[in-house]
Amino acid sequence: MAHVVFLSHLLAVTDGEAELDVPARNVRELLAALEQRFPDAGEELRRSAIAIDGLICHDAFLETLGPDSEVYFMPQIAGG
Amino acid sequence: MNKIQVITSINHEEVEFLCEPQETLLDVLRDTLGRTGTKEGCATGDCGACSVLVDDRLVCSCLVLAAETGGREITTIEGIATEEGLHPIQQKFLDHAALQCGVCTPGLIIATKSLLDRHPDPDETTIRYWLAGNLCRCTGYDKIVRAVQDVARDLAGPA
Amino acid sequence: MSESIDYKLVGTSPVRPDGVDKVTGRAQYGADLNLPNQIHGKVLRSPHAHARIKRIDTSRATAMPGVYAVITGEDFPPPPEHGDVGGEAGGSIGDHARNIMARDKALYHGHAVAAVAARSLRIADEALAAIEVEYEVLEPVLDLDAAMAPGAPLLDENCFTKNLPEKSDKPSNIAEVMLLSRGDVDKGFEEADVIVEGEYRIPMAHQGYIEPHACIANTNEAGQSTVWCCTQAHFDFRAITAKVLNMNVADLKFIASEIGGGFGGKTVVYLEPLAVLLSRKARRPVKMKMTREEVFRATGPTSGTHCKIKVGAKKDGTLTAATAWMAYEAGAYAGAPMGPGALTVFVPYHLENFKVEGYEVLVNKPKVGAYRAPGAPQSMHAMESAIDDLARELNMDPLDLRLKNAAEEGTRASYGPKFPVIGLKECLRAAKAHPNYTRALPEGAGRGVAVGFWFNFGLQSSAEVHVNENGTVTVVEGNPDIGGSRASMCIMAAETLGVPYESVRTLIGDTESTGFSNSTGGSRTTFATGMAVVRACEDIIAQCRARAAVTWGIDEDQVLWVDGQAIPASGVNDELKPLSLADIAENAAKTGGPLLSRASLTAKGAGPSFSVNIADLQVDRDTGKIDVLAFTAIQDAGRAIHKAYVEGQLQGGAAQGLGWALNEEYIYNADGIMENAGFLDYRMPVASDLPMIDTQIVEVPNPRHPYGVRGVGETPIVAPLAAAANAVRDAIGIRIHDLPLSPPRVLAALDAAAD
Repeated sequence: MAHVVFLSHLLAVTDGEAELDVPARNVRELLAALEQRFPDAGEELRRSAIAIDGLICHDAFLETLGPDSEVYFMPQIAGG
Repeated sequence: MNKIQVITSINHEEVEFLCEPQETLLDVLRDTLGRTGTKEGCATGDCGACSVLVDDRLVCSCLVLAAETGGREITTIEGIATEEGLHPIQQKFLDHAALQCGVCTPGLIIATKSLLDRHPDPDETTIRYWLAGNLCRCTGYDKIVRAVQDVARDLAGPA
Repeated sequence: MSESIDYKLVGTSPVRPDGVDKVTGRAQYGADLNLPNQIHGKVLRSPHAHARIKRIDTSRATAMPGVYAVITGEDFPPPPEHGDVGGEAGGSIGDHARNIMARDKALYHGHAVAAVAARSLRIADEALAAIEVEYEVLEPVLDLDAAMAPGAPLLDENCFTKNLPEKSDKPSNIAEVMLLSRGDVDKGFEEADVIVEGEYRIPMAHQGYIEPHACIANTNEAGQSTVWCCTQAHFDFRAITAKVLNMNVADLKFIASEIGGGFGGKTVVYLEPLAVLLSRKARRPVKMKMTREEVFRATGPTSGTHCKIKVGAKKDGTLTAATAWMAYEAGAYAGAPMGPGALTVFVPYHLENFKVEGYEVLVNKPKVGAYRAPGAPQSMHAMESAIDDLARELNMDPLDLRLKNAAEEGTRASYGPKFPVIGLKECLRAAKAHPNYTRALPEGAGRGVAVGFWFNFGLQSSAEVHVNENGTVTVVEGNPDIGGSRASMCIMAAETLGVPYESVRTLIGDTESTGFSNSTGGSRTTFATGMAVVRACEDIIAQCRARAAVTWGIDEDQVLWVDGQAIPASGVNDELKPLSLADIAENAAKTGGPLLSRASLTAKGAGPSFSVNIADLQVDRDTGKIDVLAFTAIQDAGRAIHKAYVEGQLQGGAAQGLGWALNEEYIYNADGIMENAGFLDYRMPVASDLPMIDTQIVEVPNPRHPYGVRGVGETPIVAPLAAAANAVRDAIGIRIHDLPLSPPRVLAALDAAAD
């Protein structure tokens, strides 16, 4: 079960829902579950950076999730 | 447009070229003679990347008309090292990590040579003001000034 | 990773392998290559800040002798409707395409509207003058607040504010909104004993790299093009150029020249698609280079900003609540670093209650590009100034106030997730203990401190390691070396393999000769590409153990790799003589062929990096001029691979930050024309403006990197802005909220206080 938190850039596509628990063993499963739940959110979700238990990943597709993982969907950040 | 014939000396070698009246020494060095060690950062005399010596005087080559250089002795970055190897200024810039991107480095080495030719034992303020015409955006100048101080110490020899 | 690891090379400062070419003028930068038969490309730029392009007549220019090609927006495929620019540069591909060449509208003074290629630069200039453009001049939108106001003239009638809770159906100059909040702000302020507020404005500033953008494109009759250019990201440039020109990536080969500075500014594509198109039309190599004036008017800068901060604290210094409102200029197209500005504004502190509101706003100025820790310097300048004011109100030492509230491992970051291991408290304690913090100040001088931060990046990297026949090593990777990264790669490879630094060389491959890497940016090269290099070296070691095993006729698990040699496990085959990398390489033909390995990865777990700066400044009360007396940059590098180049990043970032704080700014007239587009008037620090910059590298290793690297390039520019502003506050007793702290502004503040 992953605890998912959306930052505000996603609230428009998640019907304002900011936090929820999703059963998923990895990010691939998590994205599939979220897309099913929020059909409009697919593109924005895939474009987001994801922080899993504090570590920010620009592409987290293959990351595994622990039973109590905390997953933040954040905007991608540019660097200089 | 009629071109002007110029015979001059670059790094102790006689060089002959044709240039248009409005062409700068920088244009001729880089585009006509293929000596691209001298860099262009602004072409308005504000950054010092194109510094060369003309008869031992430190100038921005972008502010010198090529047609005016006949009969002069021009020193560019390509003429600083010798058969024995790098000039001590070049070596100290490497040892002190006094370059990051390195594009301002040729100009700074020329300016440092001009400084040490005149003031072999400069204090930090003299170094900083002498090099104030050479912009570096990477280093914050700290390691450049230390490299120059180190060269000067070596030039002074054992006390 | 244990603190006591005894490295041989990591943390030393050897001479860089590309050094000799850079001190002798041999190194080839963007404008240094010339090809046989090349011609010269130039860009016609809009003389208006905001105008509709009604008609462009290129017939006279095209007919001129010596002119080989003329292009306008008509020559480009339609801008792609979908897709973002990958990697570092923000914004959509379509907007990048329009920024590279204006289509129906010119959106800033200097926006490209046409380009020519001609036999000489002089003829190219004459051809530009012969192009007729009919403009319908529109009212420019230049002020951030005015651009946000209802009824403001619109840059883009199809711009609808993104991320509003309710989707907007009215076009606006506000491209995007970001809202972040936690806890109960009202309750938090009720609990506060002291509340400070401030409003801060910073104008646009430029990265100021010394080398102007330059490239050569050579296109053949099959449409295949080779582009040689100065870039932080030749793979990303290839991708963007392909999308803008609707080309096959495989038909584009990008070769990165040496690069004369970038700081984020050379992650953005400007000239390359123009050169490819001109070269295709002219069927000759086309060389293009910008003038310094073009660099200022049409590239870079970073956002001008307007921030409002409110912070509350208890008497003991505990922060109870904070709010931030911030607006970032995007320039002509969306892509401003407002997001990171909003995510970083409160990042150093443990805060239960906060609210952040961020706006990204279109204005008729150049499209902003990434600049070192994009977005963080502006927002953190505001917060770190407010924290300084708070310390004064509370009569607390400003470092103690920060220590009391400092984030640490497990603190929920203001951007959401919990922090992994970080070094903020270590940096604050190092500052507190630093002799420069307690040294007596001269009469009339002031001291300021501030905290800086950057996330640091991973992204994609590739590396190959070749062992040559004599045991020397060639590393090939795809990140242009902007500040000594070849030396860092050599150190990590040599350390891992156990061979001397001098036996390793690192090359930067072009897009056809090595694997994909994202940009040299985001402080990711030593972290991510370094990780790939280390992984590839570990594979070489595994191969060497196998080669030694077959040479000796023993099992592979009986072979160890120690100090660059294969040795038999002790007690079993003690009679066998160790095999060095050179021995194994010499015999490679007999044991399976050349030794070669590669690694490619999406690097995860980049370590956030904090810094603390101490600035001592003196203010001349008669002229308003500020002298920097001393500056100390303390930063958590995770671990320094090449010590001197890490120090150099801290010093260079300090100098850039001080320039931004004290003098640098884009000055516009009422028509939207920048009035200081040159180094004489855009005043960057010179050697005589600065003292030595003291550095202290704090090392709280990043557990996700084999050597503990966090990345160091971005963070150093963040703290100097507020450190300088706080020092001025300390020196003259007046809080000047806006930057730069240029003599006229300081003098005005002194005069106002005297009245």
